[in-house]
Amino acid sequence: MSIFEALHITKSFTGHNALDNVSIHVPEGSIYGLLGPNGAGKTTLIRIINKITAPDNGKLMFRGKEYTHNDLLHMGYLPEERGLYKKMKVGEQALYLSQLKGLSKSEAMKRLKHWFTKFEMIDWWNKKVEELSKGMAQKVHFIITVLHEPKLLIFDEPFSGFDPVNANMLKNEVLKLRERGTTIIFSTHDMASVEELCDNITLIDRSKSILEGRVSDIRANYKSNIYELEFEGDPEKLVQKLNGSYELRELTPLEEGKSRAMIHLTDSGLGNEFLKLAISSVKINSFREVLPTMNEVFIKAVSENKKYT
Amino acid sequence: MNKISLIIKREYITRVRKRSFIIMTIIGPVLFAAFMILPFWLTQLEDSGIKTIGVTEYSDDLRPVSAESSEFKDVIPENENLKFDYLNTIEYDDIENLIEHTDYYGILVIHQNILSQKNGEVELFVKKQPSIGIESHITKSLENFIYDKNLLSINLSPEEIDALKPNIKLKTNKYDKGEFKEQKLVDFKRGIGYAAGFLIYFFIFFFGAQVMRGVVEEKTNRIIEVIITSVRPFQLMMGKISGIALVALTQFIAWVILTVGIYQFVQTNFLRNPVSPQTHEVVANDLMNETVENSDNMTFAENGLENIFDLIHAGEYLYILGIFLFYFIFGYLLYGAMFAAIGSAVDSETDTQQFMLPVTIPLILSLFVLINAITNPEGQLVFWFSLIPFTSPVVMMARIPFNPPVSEVILSMSILVLTFLIITWLAGKIYRIGILMYGKKVTYRELLKWLKYKD
Repeated sequence: MSIFEALHITKSFTGHNALDNVSIHVPEGSIYGLLGPNGAGKTTLIRIINKITAPDNGKLMFRGKEYTHNDLLHMGYLPEERGLYKKMKVGEQALYLSQLKGLSKSEAMKRLKHWFTKFEMIDWWNKKVEELSKGMAQKVHFIITVLHEPKLLIFDEPFSGFDPVNANMLKNEVLKLRERGTTIIFSTHDMASVEELCDNITLIDRSKSILEGRVSDIRANYKSNIYELEFEGDPEKLVQKLNGSYELRELTPLEEGKSRAMIHLTDSGLGNEFLKLAISSVKINSFREVLPTMNEVFIKAVSENKKYT
Repeated sequence: MNKISLIIKREYITRVRKRSFIIMTIIGPVLFAAFMILPFWLTQLEDSGIKTIGVTEYSDDLRPVSAESSEFKDVIPENENLKFDYLNTIEYDDIENLIEHTDYYGILVIHQNILSQKNGEVELFVKKQPSIGIESHITKSLENFIYDKNLLSINLSPEEIDALKPNIKLKTNKYDKGEFKEQKLVDFKRGIGYAAGFLIYFFIFFFGAQVMRGVVEEKTNRIIEVIITSVRPFQLMMGKISGIALVALTQFIAWVILTVGIYQFVQTNFLRNPVSPQTHEVVANDLMNETVENSDNMTFAENGLENIFDLIHAGEYLYILGIFLFYFIFGYLLYGAMFAAIGSAVDSETDTQQFMLPVTIPLILSLFVLINAITNPEGQLVFWFSLIPFTSPVVMMARIPFNPPVSEVILSMSILVLTFLIITWLAGKIYRIGILMYGKKVTYRELLKWLKYKD
């Protein structure tokens, strides 16, 4: 069941369409990725989801009902341009913003202590935000966003500006949140994190949704019959046997007389035929189909979209 | 409601704790107290020494007249700070020498022809420019003397002369609620009205600008995007304005308490000898650059400064204070809403200029009318500007000490409250859109469009 749906959202600013009939369906308890090139309209959609801007057309649904201002209390939003009061102390500010979200002071205090200890930042409590580095401020912001345990979290570019260690820590937290049943929507350019985290995605390009669905399905749809073969033996023998009937894309020697070959089969049904040929020439260690990376899917989908429009 | 109080609390606490607030709170009263005390203190310094003026008299052919035979001896009354020394036979050409080598504050030269000629001259040679008080004291005394002498010469007795002298005291009586009331302490009331009006002007400008800066900060910081998912824009705007209003009130109350405290302290500890009434008068004249004409100044002087507080009924102070707080709060709220709307419509503080003019013009105008109101607190101009809501908070304060009809005060207050409600509603509409709008140069036409948007 979808916890959140945006149906046929259209939004135009003077001069250009930011979103053109975009729909997303976010299943409860999943991680949902919003992908797209710069300026595609991702942030506009996120701002609409947070009721910062209103769509010109379209409908927003939260748990099957029309989405109202009160539902915002179940949301947590981490904007791309993270904003905090610069002159205010970290702890005070975190308390204030959590109380605005409806937490009692004592409860907010308890949870903040827990998170600050976990992220090893308890001694930042009395620092002013302007004294923090960008990454530190982002961590503070992340905690404030998740502290009231919202049902739906919306992150705009959450991993930008983090070093790999902190980015990884954050990814783990995101996965833990999903385990606890939280639904997460996030926008990103980082395709590796999409493969790691996302269950579903929507790819927005030039204000239109050009791809929506489960990550595994999408990757399967974009597969191009490339198989990976690892074997022991003389690669030359294999090449001779193939004799031009199969396309050998790549050949990488591995250690101890092993090699890896990338083979393009024109039709997936031919896998067995190919194996018969290969078995007779080399010793086969593994044979598997290679799915495209999200990076490849992204580039392919966007460039195809360019061709058609 | 709970969220608004959270916002108010944050706005209040972060501001009150700021170093600049604490400094302002301390420096303000020191400055005010200095304004009140300094003039008296300065004159005490200056007048602590007795000024002695040497007096010489010359016949028509510039021959010196001896002190014994001088007709003008003891004509000019002395006081504790000003003495006159009638000198014997000083040659006119020696005066320069005398000024240079003696401690005389000045040498007064009286030419006998002032008795016979209409435009006779006296000369005063000094090293430093004397105060208007001294100058007018000399001329008035001599004029009176000659006038009396002339009247004596036409065989009038001193009693008759005295009877002839007009001595008119203007008692202004104001018709109020079916009876006439004698107006007292007019200048003092003018002072109160002006000070109150100016204070409101200052607070509106100072704290209104803080509202605007706060809004711009939240917008440029993008923190607004986070907060807006928790509270409505209107709640945020009202919370900010109210929080800063409390800061302003705190500052005002602290100033009043500290100013009175410092004044009392300095007066009891440093101004040991109460300043003589004359000095008050001379100083007042010096400062205002006008001669003593008003009988109120005499009351002022006779009673000393402390007693003046007893002369106005305590209830009257409470009335003035109550009205002051009303105009202070609603004037600030009215402008605060406008400043918030401006802050929301721009992307940075430097862009605020384009929208500031329509807000600052009525405010500055009200200050000009306030100055006008000092001389004529019940004129037409002041009347109308005390009804217009954008100027009434400042201008009405000049009228209040003179007990304007209650109906007019209530009318002015009602218009102000009504305008405040309308303006806040409109400002909320602009704020709601503007606070989340980026990267767009906003024009007045754009603002009008925002006002027409439905919720």
